[in-house]
Amino acid sequence: MRTTSRTEKTIFQYIDKPLLLLYVALTLIGWIAIYAAVYNEEHKSIFDLTQNYGKQLVFIGSGYLILTIILALDFRLYEGLSPFVYIAAMVLGIAVIFFAREVNGAKAWFEIGSFRLQPAEFMKLATAMMVAYYFSNTDITLQKNKAKFVLGAIILVPIAIIFLQHDTGSALVYFSFIFVAYREGLSSFYLVAGALAIFIVVMTLLFNEWIISSILVVIATLYVLFARKLKPAILKAVVILLPALFIIFSVNYAFENILEEHQRQRINVLLGKVEDFRGAGYNVHQSLIAIGSGGFWGKGFLQGTQTKFDFVPEQSTDFIFCTIGEEYGFVGSLILLILYGALLLRILEVSERQTTRFARVYGYSVASILFFHVFINIGMTIGLLPVIGIPLPFISYGGSSLWSFTILLGILIRLDSGRKLTLR
Amino acid sequence: MKNNGQQGVIAAIMLAIFLVFVARLFYVQVITDSYSIWATQNAIRKVTVYPARGVMFDRNGERVVVNRPIYDLMVVPRQLDPQMDTLSFCRLLGIEKDIFIERISKAKKFSRFKASLFQAQISVEEFAAIQERLHEFPGFYPESRTVRTYPFASAAHVLGYIGEVNDRQIEKSEGYYQMGDYIGIAGIELSYEEALRGKRGVKYQYVDVHNRIVGSYKEGEFDSMAVAGEALQLSLDIQLQNYAEQLLANKRGSVVAIEPATGEILAFVSSPYYDPNLLVGSVRGKNYRTLVIDPTKPLFNRPLQAQYPPGSIFKPVQALIGQELGILKPETRYPCGGGYRMGSHTVKCTHVHTALNLEESVQFSCNPYYCWAFKNMVDHNPGHSSAAGYDIWRGFMNRFTVGEKTGIDIPNEAKGILPSVNYYDKIHGKGRWRANSIISLSIGQGEVGMTPLQMANIMAIIANKGWHYPPHFVKGIGDSLALPENFKQKKNVGIQEGYFDVVIEAMQKVVDAGTARAYGKLDSITICGKTGTAQNPHGKDHAVFVCFAPRENPKIAIAVIIENAGFGGVWAAPVASLMIEKYLLGGTKRPELEKRILEATIQ
Repeated sequence: MRTTSRTEKTIFQYIDKPLLLLYVALTLIGWIAIYAAVYNEEHKSIFDLTQNYGKQLVFIGSGYLILTIILALDFRLYEGLSPFVYIAAMVLGIAVIFFAREVNGAKAWFEIGSFRLQPAEFMKLATAMMVAYYFSNTDITLQKNKAKFVLGAIILVPIAIIFLQHDTGSALVYFSFIFVAYREGLSSFYLVAGALAIFIVVMTLLFNEWIISSILVVIATLYVLFARKLKPAILKAVVILLPALFIIFSVNYAFENILEEHQRQRINVLLGKVEDFRGAGYNVHQSLIAIGSGGFWGKGFLQGTQTKFDFVPEQSTDFIFCTIGEEYGFVGSLILLILYGALLLRILEVSERQTTRFARVYGYSVASILFFHVFINIGMTIGLLPVIGIPLPFISYGGSSLWSFTILLGILIRLDSGRKLTLR
Repeated sequence: MKNNGQQGVIAAIMLAIFLVFVARLFYVQVITDSYSIWATQNAIRKVTVYPARGVMFDRNGERVVVNRPIYDLMVVPRQLDPQMDTLSFCRLLGIEKDIFIERISKAKKFSRFKASLFQAQISVEEFAAIQERLHEFPGFYPESRTVRTYPFASAAHVLGYIGEVNDRQIEKSEGYYQMGDYIGIAGIELSYEEALRGKRGVKYQYVDVHNRIVGSYKEGEFDSMAVAGEALQLSLDIQLQNYAEQLLANKRGSVVAIEPATGEILAFVSSPYYDPNLLVGSVRGKNYRTLVIDPTKPLFNRPLQAQYPPGSIFKPVQALIGQELGILKPETRYPCGGGYRMGSHTVKCTHVHTALNLEESVQFSCNPYYCWAFKNMVDHNPGHSSAAGYDIWRGFMNRFTVGEKTGIDIPNEAKGILPSVNYYDKIHGKGRWRANSIISLSIGQGEVGMTPLQMANIMAIIANKGWHYPPHFVKGIGDSLALPENFKQKKNVGIQEGYFDVVIEAMQKVVDAGTARAYGKLDSITICGKTGTAQNPHGKDHAVFVCFAPRENPKIAIAVIIENAGFGGVWAAPVASLMIEKYLLGGTKRPELEKRILEATIQ
């Protein structure tokens, strides 16, 4: 017993205080935002367990408990557990397809009594652990195609499962692993190519595919004509032009055939091709009204009319940022973004100081996953991205997402606190 | 693997995107204000506050039309308790379970979030019992409203009624009325609509996405109060009105009583009548249909619209016009001989008199006398043709409001019948007709029709010796008791005051010793009157009696018409004299007579 208590002392001594503080701050901000979002006169107490804010308090409390347990366990455990966690999460993800009731077209929740569990939330965590585990073998280098292939497979499995759950939006989060790969030696060419591909896709959806492809062909021709050496220039032009043209002409096919009607609508609304404040554009329009009407200082705690009176849908989950935007205005929104920015930068810092590759890769995965959630969620509420139903980390209402983010971050904190005991 | 600046690149990408977000937020929240405007439109509703409609008092301050508070029980389906005790709720409201289920499903069909009417018009007494237990049934709440109510259940034809506006009225009002507003549809409710309706107020309230009100906007800073409709003081004496209605119960006919000095109408009865409370609120439609198909036509406003040949009550007027035209003098005598003969046709007299003078001709109602007089007025008006003579005579008649609207302040007044020169020119040919062609006019028969209101007005004119104010129901509007301008304008018939004495003297004798002496005479009050019999081609003649009293200082002028009651002295005169007693003395000293009239049925 004595040894344990001394170990614990050392563990808590080495815990990264900024990460812990940011985590606690975000969860409490979420709790208060949920209270304001679903506030009603009949249940004024923020501790009322029949209301979402009361339940969120329970989730937060149990989240802290989970965090404590994670911190108490041996940090070496996580690396070894990773493959099993990954397999278990994937099995759960497949099982939910068979056993879950359909909710809003998606089969994504296990229901145990009134309690609902969403395996997809834990699949992100499991994938992060698996990716880190794969890289923990120091021989792995992304210069080799085999490594690229294995990494791709680790990521594609959960994506495929999520597609089968009909919850396509949250599959986007897995693209965040490109940051991890980049950190671990993937050429920056892929990053640039990825950005270019997104740019081309957006342009194609906005304009006619023939116009975009003609412009690209003209640019390539000009490049070849003005190049000093003809042959490498032609080669370069063709290598870049062909995939670009492939993307251009598959975009419309994918748009029309792979995406579902409501997703097409949401994208059209976002691109400004359709103005539909009552149908597909309703969510974002109401969300923008709520945030926009907050002004510089906001309307004040519990003073938000748009979120409070249910104009904004999903206000305590995916659109929770509206409540913050409306009640605390530009200042409040900015502070929240600063908190997230600080969290992400701190995670990157912490990751870099890790002594094991597993811990570092895991840290980058955590940062990337969190960043993608914040990016997609807030981007959606302020009308910069299409409506994709994914939670705002630590803030959105919901047990599954809060716990999975807590575990995600908690393991990193634990790995970090034990880093000095490992030297490989 | 060593960090070759990848950390910096990744951090830069993240921060760049966050900066884009900050810029976007700055634009959305700080620069543009279009979202704030949207937010206002979203969440703030303008709610109309309805003013209380103006009430009406009678001339003695009795409340004749008031607003009675009632409760509508509303239901919001979404708030219903799934485990509610439906059975005890039904028992509380006194409804069947089927009805409960039907109403709830109808409400759900309308909206789960918005309130629907569950049960309309629960009285304050009934509601007291319901309210005690209403808290056991979430989803139900009361909404208080008011309905018109008539404590005296009287004067329905005068007061009129209100109902919901129709599309045409909404359009015509240019935005004043909205769907569901109430508007006066008949009677005083219609003609004084603008004063009665008051001014609507506005409340700005927060509503949620389901349009439910959730609070007031800026503590009511921009709200405006509703201004209640103005009260009307009526000229009616509601006790007298009620009494007259009782006297006419089970009879068809009219009573109109006017205060001669002012033109104020004291009583205005159309029998058969109905309880104005029948045309109130939710039962209005059903009751209205019942009244419409009732063969006795209770909705028909007889004093205002029924046109009767006036008969002998024309005679005092002829006596006056004849004097003004210089044709008749108190000592003028015409032979009676039981009839006025023109070729094969004879206008008969009820009796065979010796040749009567002017006063006696009125007192004994001599027909031939007035045939002679009319012939002279029309044919022998010095310097005029028969047509011109008739036109002059008709002008006088018009000023007595015969064939002219009196201008009363309720709508749809009939103007009566008195043909013009053109009319007779068309029938007989221009210049080819003389007094004898239209001789029945002289005794108020033939092509002449008068409403009971016009008959009463003639009495007011005679009582005043030559002038009157247009008869009206409203003494004053609002606190200032303003009276519409047209009721302040004295109208003169153009007959010298001195000519009235002989006629009034004769009319007193009608009551004291003439055709109405049996039931009309009172010991303490001098009544001047004239009986009449309005010929009825469809059955027994209508009894007519007109009078005013007291002679010295007239307080009341009355016309009574009882249909199918025969001679005016028997049924109409007692009604008038009982009303005079009631109005001037507070009640009758002839209970047997009163009883006989109250109990009589004449159809």
